Amino acid sequence: MTNTANKIKIEVPVMANLAAQGHKPEWLFWVGSAGAFDDRYKKVTREFVKLLTFLGIDYAVLGIEESDSGDVARRAGNEMLFQMQALQNIEILNGYEVKKIVTCCPHDFNTLKNEYPELGGHYEVWHHSQFLAEKLKAGNLKGISEAFASKKIVFHDPCYLGRGTGEYEAPRSVLDAIPSEKVEMKRNRSFGLCCGAGGGQMFKEAEKGDKEVFIERTEEAIATGADIIATACPFCMVMMTDGIKYKNQEERMKNYDIAELLSLSLGL
Amino acid sequence: MTAQILFALSLLITLAVFAFTMRRIFFNFRYTKKKKLTDYPARIRETFKVAIAQQKIFRHPVMGFVHALVFWGFMVILFGSIEMVVDGLFGTERSFAVLGWFYDFLMATGDVFAAIIAISILIFMFRRIFLHVKRFYGPEMKPVSKADANLTLSFILLLMLSLLGMNAFYLLEMHNTGQSFEGVFPVSQSLADLFVGMSDKGIIFWHHFNWWFHILLIFIFANVLPYSKHFHVFMSVPNVLVSRIEPLGKVDNMDSITKEVKLMLDPAAPMDAGGEETVEKFGVSDANDINWVNYMNALSCTECGRCTAVCPANITGKLLSPRKIVMDVRARMKEKGAGLMKEGAAFDDGKSLIGDYISEEELWACTMCNACAQECPININQPSLILDMRRYLVLEQSKAPSGLNTAFTNIENNGAPWQYSPEDRMNWADELFINKQA
Repeated sequence: MTNTANKIKIEVPVMANLAAQGHKPEWLFWVGSAGAFDDRYKKVTREFVKLLTFLGIDYAVLGIEESDSGDVARRAGNEMLFQMQALQNIEILNGYEVKKIVTCCPHDFNTLKNEYPELGGHYEVWHHSQFLAEKLKAGNLKGISEAFASKKIVFHDPCYLGRGTGEYEAPRSVLDAIPSEKVEMKRNRSFGLCCGAGGGQMFKEAEKGDKEVFIERTEEAIATGADIIATACPFCMVMMTDGIKYKNQEERMKNYDIAELLSLSLGL
Repeated sequence: MTAQILFALSLLITLAVFAFTMRRIFFNFRYTKKKKLTDYPARIRETFKVAIAQQKIFRHPVMGFVHALVFWGFMVILFGSIEMVVDGLFGTERSFAVLGWFYDFLMATGDVFAAIIAISILIFMFRRIFLHVKRFYGPEMKPVSKADANLTLSFILLLMLSLLGMNAFYLLEMHNTGQSFEGVFPVSQSLADLFVGMSDKGIIFWHHFNWWFHILLIFIFANVLPYSKHFHVFMSVPNVLVSRIEPLGKVDNMDSITKEVKLMLDPAAPMDAGGEETVEKFGVSDANDINWVNYMNALSCTECGRCTAVCPANITGKLLSPRKIVMDVRARMKEKGAGLMKEGAAFDDGKSLIGDYISEEELWACTMCNACAQECPININQPSLILDMRRYLVLEQSKAPSGLNTAFTNIENNGAPWQYSPEDRMNWADELFINKQA
């Protein structure tokens, strides 16, 4: 690590400020509630912003104008609350004439891409795995180190990226760009097992059963012998991190988002 | 002539019983909600992929292949069954032979498929009886479901054996009477060799016996199916055609709510011309709140349990089983439909789908991961049913688990499911540094 003196401070561009200067950025980075408030996922947000900065992307965030996408409310049955959130967000996004959105959250990715159009929000929405895969393909991310060369990585498919919107390969191609050994769980891609947090489960007690879903999934990941569980979703991250703790594997196993792995490999 | 009259009579009875059954089942569609279908070209493509090419059943490659063989075999053999109906009515024999090489081709394929299906059915039976396939069990799998399956398999096995018998003795009869035969029968030809020494009378008897046995069994089979989970045989292909083709992650919008929310956000928004509408119930609490596609789904389910086998809640021992949700919808519709038919729309038996069939505990155990919908070989969408019932609980009854109620309040007040001030939404960006720039 270079010392702080060599570091460059990032001022994250905010839409309202850019609009005041008459600038319309190419991309809107949708941070999402977890990306803004969950302590673990805030780190992912920061690493992704580093990547955006490194790539010199013309982007902005909504900042305090962003509000929850409504994904949780909708899937927990509160359609009224979902639509209030959606319509308010759409009004703001349309006000800035946003065309392209990138987000680290597969839930918001699905909601913005598949559900906002019916309510008047039409955008080209990218998940950060697709965005990063595209930049890697274009050769824009040079200088990836061997930092993880001795590590074994297993990818856990987020339901709303995979089954939800059909994207299985983008996150894998990001991992493929990082020198390391890759393994798969038996239940992968469209067969992937949920982390257990979707559909509002994140915010409620689990129903009675033999075990919690996140434990079942973490056990499967541990069985691959991987050193790292790579995820691409804030909910999956919470669940897998908890699972690693629960199984007392913290010494041996880590949980990273694909953006973190890329950013760390680049030494950003 | 007597044979023709007998045949016409059997056909008439078959059709009458079938019509009676269909009336009972399809009557219930009028108590389902509307749902508009769009994008027919995509639906037709989906039907070719999922139904005709059996794409999703191959997610279990071995048993999937065996099922696909049975399905494709049925499609080919159906041609011969239609010919038998024509022959039976008009007293002809192998009347479709006028089609020439095409007839030969279909007969040969059907003959080979009859043997393949018979073997497949034996494999299915062996698996059901001797191997403990986990997904064939579960609290919702009552003895009647098992009996259903074994009965249907027996029916199909007998149908195939009689078809082969019919072909074999036909060949022998033609040979013995010095006539040339129509069609090509690779399997039955070798089967016929086994009976070469049989008397002419015996051969004629067994030819007719197999012919009648086969067609009458089809007539009975067709009328038994609608009363069993194997109504699947009729309903699955049309079900795929009308099934959800949107991305699995997408949830159907509630337009009735959109109107209300728009009015709340902007009281000056123009009301729809036409003014007052009927007060609508939000979500699903009983069978007649579902839409007609949900009902098609329920009628088509053959209880294979692939959905339940991949359900994270079920795998970890929770009560939820997506298969049970679909079966409950069908059972409740049958129960309530009988009353609705008698007493009209006002019928109320004091029961409902939620509570009497499906518990709230089951509904709240779902992670909306869509593994069940992904797995269903005929595109049944279980999550949309579960969500519609959650919608009823939340929007009509305010009965969400407490954790979710807290999340709702937080989203409403803070714009996030956690209790943070919206003013802090950019705090993640504080003191953010990068080591290098490209």
